[in-house]
Amino acid sequence: MGVEGIGASVVRKEDRRFTTGKGRYVDDIKLQGMTHAHFIRSPHAHAKVKGIDSSAAMKMPGVVGVLTGQQIVDDKVGNLICGWAITSKDGSPMKMGAWPAMAPETVRFVGQAVAVVIAETKNQAKDAAEAVVVTYEELPVVADIRSAIKPGAPQLHPEAPGNVIYDWAIGDESAVKDAFGKAANVVTLELTNNRLVPNAMEPRAAIAEYEEAEEHYTLYTTSQNPHVARLVLSAFYNIAPEHKLRVIAPDVGGGFGSKIYIYPEEMVALWASKKVGRPVKWTGDRTEAFLTDAHGRDHISKAEMAFDKDNKILGLRVKTHANLGAYMSLFSSSVPTYLYATLLSGQYNIPAIYAEVMTVYTNTTPVDAYRGAGRPEASYLVERLMETAARQLKVDPAELRRKNFITQFPHQTPVIMAYDIGDFGASLDASMKAIDYAGFPARKAKAKAEGKLRGIGVSCYIEACGIAPSKAVGSLGAGVGLWESAEIRVNPVGTIEVLTGSHSHGQGHETTFAQLISERLGVPISQVQIVHGDTDKVQFGMGTYGSRSLAVGGTAIIKAMEKVEAKAKKIAAHQLEASENDIVIENGEFKVTGTDKSIALPMVALAAYTAHNLPDGMEPGLKETAFYDPTNFTFPAGTYICEIEVDPATGKTSFVDFVAADDFGRLINPMIVEGQVHGGLAQGIGQALLEHAIYDANGQPITASFMDYTMPRADDLPSFKLSHTPTLCPGNPLGVKGCGEAGAIGSSAAVINAITDAIGHNKLEMPATPDRVWHAIHG
Amino acid sequence: MSTIKLTVNGKAVSADVEDRTLLVHLLRETLNLTGTHVGCDTSQCGACVVHIDGKAVKSCTVLAGQAAGSNVTTIEGISKGDELHPMQAAFRDNHGLQCGYCTPGMIMSAIDIVHRYGGKLDEETVRHELEGNICRCTGYHNIVKSVLDAAGRMKVSQAAE
Repeated sequence: MGVEGIGASVVRKEDRRFTTGKGRYVDDIKLQGMTHAHFIRSPHAHAKVKGIDSSAAMKMPGVVGVLTGQQIVDDKVGNLICGWAITSKDGSPMKMGAWPAMAPETVRFVGQAVAVVIAETKNQAKDAAEAVVVTYEELPVVADIRSAIKPGAPQLHPEAPGNVIYDWAIGDESAVKDAFGKAANVVTLELTNNRLVPNAMEPRAAIAEYEEAEEHYTLYTTSQNPHVARLVLSAFYNIAPEHKLRVIAPDVGGGFGSKIYIYPEEMVALWASKKVGRPVKWTGDRTEAFLTDAHGRDHISKAEMAFDKDNKILGLRVKTHANLGAYMSLFSSSVPTYLYATLLSGQYNIPAIYAEVMTVYTNTTPVDAYRGAGRPEASYLVERLMETAARQLKVDPAELRRKNFITQFPHQTPVIMAYDIGDFGASLDASMKAIDYAGFPARKAKAKAEGKLRGIGVSCYIEACGIAPSKAVGSLGAGVGLWESAEIRVNPVGTIEVLTGSHSHGQGHETTFAQLISERLGVPISQVQIVHGDTDKVQFGMGTYGSRSLAVGGTAIIKAMEKVEAKAKKIAAHQLEASENDIVIENGEFKVTGTDKSIALPMVALAAYTAHNLPDGMEPGLKETAFYDPTNFTFPAGTYICEIEVDPATGKTSFVDFVAADDFGRLINPMIVEGQVHGGLAQGIGQALLEHAIYDANGQPITASFMDYTMPRADDLPSFKLSHTPTLCPGNPLGVKGCGEAGAIGSSAAVINAITDAIGHNKLEMPATPDRVWHAIHG
Repeated sequence: MSTIKLTVNGKAVSADVEDRTLLVHLLRETLNLTGTHVGCDTSQCGACVVHIDGKAVKSCTVLAGQAAGSNVTTIEGISKGDELHPMQAAFRDNHGLQCGYCTPGMIMSAIDIVHRYGGKLDEETVRHELEGNICRCTGYHNIVKSVLDAAGRMKVSQAAE
């Protein structure tokens, strides 16, 4: 490892601009002649739009135009779509209800836009919006899963009878039935996975510009995947053909999944920029984020696990209902199916699994992938079930897990996934040691003597990351391939530009990816520029989500690098009059092994571009591209254990300790990796203790600001103790697995297992607020 | 509309503002100081924290007119040329930021915390004092480390002055 190569915790290249206020986020950008958009949103969860009167608003100062849902439909802008086809058990396709970018006839959730005001200033647009009169006829509402599937429930979409989107299953039902028939013990659990709001700190924003002379659009947007945005806007929404649309995602202030999707506001901004002939800017406020950013989770599940007399698992049966909200968001269908049920084997040898998933429409904000996306729901279910089983079977929870661990790899689970490598015992051991698991009973007794309830909770998670092998996901219904691309340009002076289809919105790609180059070529990372987030610069890319950037995007960089090295070696060999096979690269020099002859990278690069003395037939230049499609998912895994103390007088929980042992394969920048774990843990702990998106029976969101949706603050969280138990991923040349979601996937079960251990029973749902914990203790 | 005069990052500024204009909008939209961010509408998140006369204030909660005559410092005004403020350097060195959106407000709040507590900061105090600043990326672990590190550095740099 060089000082800036693989394994070095170098400080981030991007941090000078971020710490000095020089980041460039969408809302920081101003275009000449720019107008401002303000959306008029439905205050009703379900209603007919009877009329929109904008005559008074049109006369207000600064108003450029008021545009409505009917106009966007008349202009044949396409409906929003879900890009992953799921087939129900009965063979029927999923039932996708029509979702126009602004509602012409029917609104189906509070916050759905019906019209937009365009004005010279943001305040003028807001003022005029107050003067637009929208007449609604309210319709009956279904606000949660249970009311959606009741016989006779109000119907949201004519396409979806009974509000059912699909009723899907995976696994072998009869094998599971046989397993339960042989069981010595059966453990049952019903649980809710609470609805969350991603809440990236930067609200979504868009600026659209239409240049008439070229019939060309530019969109600045808060996107995790600008090329996917361009593809969808072009192929499905008919905004503009791809070669007439440039999408730029500059610095983006967090995503967590919520900025994967192409939302109505971006579509409207683009469409409106042509309509009004001026650039149009929209910046959401926080309440708009609560109302319109795709939410996460929202499952109700029943799970049963069968054990033999030796406490080995025989089978698992799961029935889950998932709420997808009022419309099917871009990848919503895949989250409670292929990203969830395929992980229900956890870290365990489970011979038979059968999972049924029914998804439903409700009059709530659409639900899609949020950090972890299906895998936190799976991990929470499996790990609460294991804890419940240990208590019911009266065995140590850690040892019950160990007894059932998968120890032979590769391992084919009954639910599609083929785990390539892992050492689950190593991470369990590391966490148990770090928290002094053996000493817990004494600590619990001491706390009891002081009137406090002490609990310890284990969670052994596994996730499928490095999303994803294109052929595999294609066979499962994905509408896109999930490869990644990279381009490496060695400039004539020897500096290097790496153009990647991954997108950094906090992950530190500008540093980690530069370290990959430094490792191979021995150049300092200051000589390497990472270029991302612009469809005019980067050839293509599928973006950043599913902990894929390093395993897939990083491997694409390595593949392009190999091509650059091969050509550079040929040039060096020619210049040095040596054999290409004798050239080695060390510290930025191309050396002839066993001699003192060498040529520095800038001289090789210069030779490539002057082209005065290249091998016969070689093209000038030193620039290569690669598209990399992974052969399998990667499988990060680990063990989280937390120790919690509960004050029975108040129901307040406090952390005594939180330890994590993760297997992410090889670490490129351990400092950045640990930062990712910290952030994931905070979101998982937030789900367990604080966060909950609540709707009342009329579909009104009760939690639509930071005043009433509890975001984790610094004093809600402990300092974390992290360790690493890596096994190198055999599926990619870097041996990496991905680390961005693990914390959010594994931590919520550890917290709830600790609290239920403390209070002595299992009847507790997330978020375990002091009120809920107090009632769980005192009834 | 009224004309207000104030000092921003050491420079005298005069601007015509609507009476309802918030200080954060004066900074971002009129003065193009876009390092100060808006993350919520309810004074919860702290992405907009600046210093008014040396004290940390949420600039989304102050009318521009209320800041007339005062001395405002933003994230753009705390480094000395290329030399980062010790708090900026500590955030960089301890990986106290990821997406960078909450960072300017965090840094401005943290400087005020260190000024108020001097050398008496510990982890619990830092966590408590940061309750007005929300970060969604870092889990606060490295932010707390950064603030404690900077407290030491600021003591040293004050002693040197």
